[in-house]
Amino acid sequence: MIDQTTIVPAHRLVQRFPQWVAADERPGYSGFLVNPEHLVEIVRSLRDEMGYDYLSSITGVDYLPEGKLEVVYHFYKTTGGSGLNLKVQVSRKEAVVPSLVPLYSGANFQEREIWDLLGIHFVGHPDLRRILTWEGFHGHPLRKDWKEPFFEEETKPFKSRWPEGQVQRIEDKNPFKDNLQYPNEFDPETWIPHSEELLYSGLKKIKKTDDLHTDQVIINLGPQHPSTHGVFRMVVVMDGETIVDLRPVMGYLHRNHEKIAERNTFLQNMPFTDRLDYICSMSNNFGYALAVEKLMGVKPPERAEYIRVIMAELTRVMNHFIAVGFLLNDLGAFFTPVLYALEERELILDVFEEVSGSRMMCNYFRFGGLARDFPEGSEEKMRRLVFDRLPRKIDEMDEFLTKNDIILGRCEGVGVITAEQAIANSASGPVLRASGVPYDLRRADPYSIYDRFDFDVAVRFHGDIYDRYLVRMDEMRQSVRILQQAVRDLPKGPIMSGKPQYQVRVPAGESYGRVEGPKGELGFYVISTGKPNPWRYHVRAPSLINLTSLADMSRNEKIADVVTILGSIDIVLGEVDR
Amino acid sequence: MGSKEIHLPGYDVPAEMQGQVAITTLDKIYNWSRKNSIWPMMFGLACCAIEMIGAAASRYDISRFGMEVMRPSPRQSDLMIVSGTVTKKMIPQIVRLYNQMPEPRYVIAMGACASGGGPFKEGYTVVSGVDKFIPVDVYIPGCPPTPQALIHGFLALMKKIERESIKEVAWYKKGESEPVPVPVLGPDLMDLRKFELIREVTHRVSEVEENFNPEKPEVEG
Repeated sequence: MIDQTTIVPAHRLVQRFPQWVAADERPGYSGFLVNPEHLVEIVRSLRDEMGYDYLSSITGVDYLPEGKLEVVYHFYKTTGGSGLNLKVQVSRKEAVVPSLVPLYSGANFQEREIWDLLGIHFVGHPDLRRILTWEGFHGHPLRKDWKEPFFEEETKPFKSRWPEGQVQRIEDKNPFKDNLQYPNEFDPETWIPHSEELLYSGLKKIKKTDDLHTDQVIINLGPQHPSTHGVFRMVVVMDGETIVDLRPVMGYLHRNHEKIAERNTFLQNMPFTDRLDYICSMSNNFGYALAVEKLMGVKPPERAEYIRVIMAELTRVMNHFIAVGFLLNDLGAFFTPVLYALEERELILDVFEEVSGSRMMCNYFRFGGLARDFPEGSEEKMRRLVFDRLPRKIDEMDEFLTKNDIILGRCEGVGVITAEQAIANSASGPVLRASGVPYDLRRADPYSIYDRFDFDVAVRFHGDIYDRYLVRMDEMRQSVRILQQAVRDLPKGPIMSGKPQYQVRVPAGESYGRVEGPKGELGFYVISTGKPNPWRYHVRAPSLINLTSLADMSRNEKIADVVTILGSIDIVLGEVDR
Repeated sequence: MGSKEIHLPGYDVPAEMQGQVAITTLDKIYNWSRKNSIWPMMFGLACCAIEMIGAAASRYDISRFGMEVMRPSPRQSDLMIVSGTVTKKMIPQIVRLYNQMPEPRYVIAMGACASGGGPFKEGYTVVSGVDKFIPVDVYIPGCPPTPQALIHGFLALMKKIERESIKEVAWYKKGESEPVPVPVLGPDLMDLRKFELIREVTHRVSEVEENFNPEKPEVEG
């Protein structure tokens, strides 16, 4: 089926490069297959001549039966509209693809991730190190012939767990009785540990011209540090108190979401998406449901669409409350604003708990609808929340914080990123919109029923911490506007199209579903082969890609501001590392 | 604050001094003061950390139990709440943090992941429970456990502290306590105590492959 890819630029691309570009004609696929040698040239023309300035996602796929590895690129225009995807195929033995980092700096972490997990080498990448696992890790885990230590079977449901009266524990089969495996003939005594030399040697230093003989110091913040919002590490080079260079180090919460998901059935992945960005489980459900529904060709009924929007917007309000609260934490207003923010979170979580049965991990969306309808009294509670409580509390927060002298002093003009940089870094969500790019998927590429609601895209123009804060405040107000309309118009009716199914039938093909999550563009790239399990499942994590901008924002700022800049990007490590 | 809480039965206190004087044992007052001032480490790993923050916020408010003083430094904390999935990349740091905590120290494994790997157990970089490396005092089930469940876990820990005796506790014994060896990251996570086993297994596997007889089909799973 044809999804976002339009035909117009398509034939232009084929006309322009007839020898190097061919339409992808596999059933269920769209986009173009591109010759790897000429990728950079084609992409440059795509960016500069056709206006595809935004590289949304890069991911790799291992087509083991064909002996090929494929890199999939999703391009969009920041002016809105549908996208274009390019694919590059290389053989599994010599997986070498030119890097796109010189054209789109946002490709940096994503290419490193593909190198780490699939072993595709990107020529011209400035810093091709492992990102989620560690240097020295054995193998590339997302390759289909790579088996994890607790490997049971290729796909779930595992027969060993089938009720035959015999329970087998995977630990008992592993020679170490643990989740461990080593290469053959590996000897720990003679093994030399990998140092972090590559990490440190890549850091920039400045040449000093003054007479003071001062050293530039390297400091590690994290992985256990109260400012990092989880297990995140920043390596900074400092000259006095000023940041010369910064490198984020992640992977401390890499829990193999994608590998597990490729063994799972389609529906089994739904609860795993909750645990990506664990503050906004409903939006994650939304993105995944959209991606699979696109493949299945089903549409949820009206009521379900409205409830989905309500849940997604409530999540956004909650996330921004927490983001603002913790930003203040980072600024030194230790835990008082957060307590106000968490008060609202509890009220929103009450609604989630009522409708889904769980506070945080809602697992509420299904393909073609929702798990269950509202219980009695829930609607009334929600009405009170969106018409009375939330607007009042947003105003209260605004009154306390927005004109505060300390906030103005520490946030205005700090951590600036320009619109051009933000687009090149593939930033999304509030980070992008605070730099003056009014790119909101709910408007730019509407999904679900967002085209029916009246709301404004929040945008600010300075690209500093203060504007990122303001964009979040504005977005909360707009979300409340959407919520009020959705709650007012909520129709009666079924919440599931067709019969609820445990095992869904997903036709073969690829699909990229993306939603405007609270942190930015959350995309799910799913490939089905017609079997009960996805062949490839990739998450375009906004938190990870927004972190590309962290170094640009932090250079020449003070060390104390780095903490605040990180807080203003608003990351969740579950999504960064997956 | 109740002198009743620590007062031992069988000792009469004059009526005018009741509520002000309590007769008790050293153990009891020592444990009573310790259990009501547990300082957790401000240390969040994953999803459970958000519920831990929720438990510290106004609705659940763990300061009712004297636990609201969260310290980012292990040197100042009594309790490590392992709140989330423990990965192989993170466990060396967790062990190091544990070693840096002064005794008496306690560990709560919060949630399914910290207790045994949870939904991510099959993952290649997930440690099947933090208790593979450091001793755990209380396990809290749930994914994530609700703040109520976490508070229940705290109460369980308090009960555990109540039962300890100065005469027996490890931290008043002679000599220093042994630190837990910090695991290292090689091709996979390596516990320093298990080098022998690793070598034995990796060499055995390769011998089996060398002597592999193609006529005999390999039995799977």
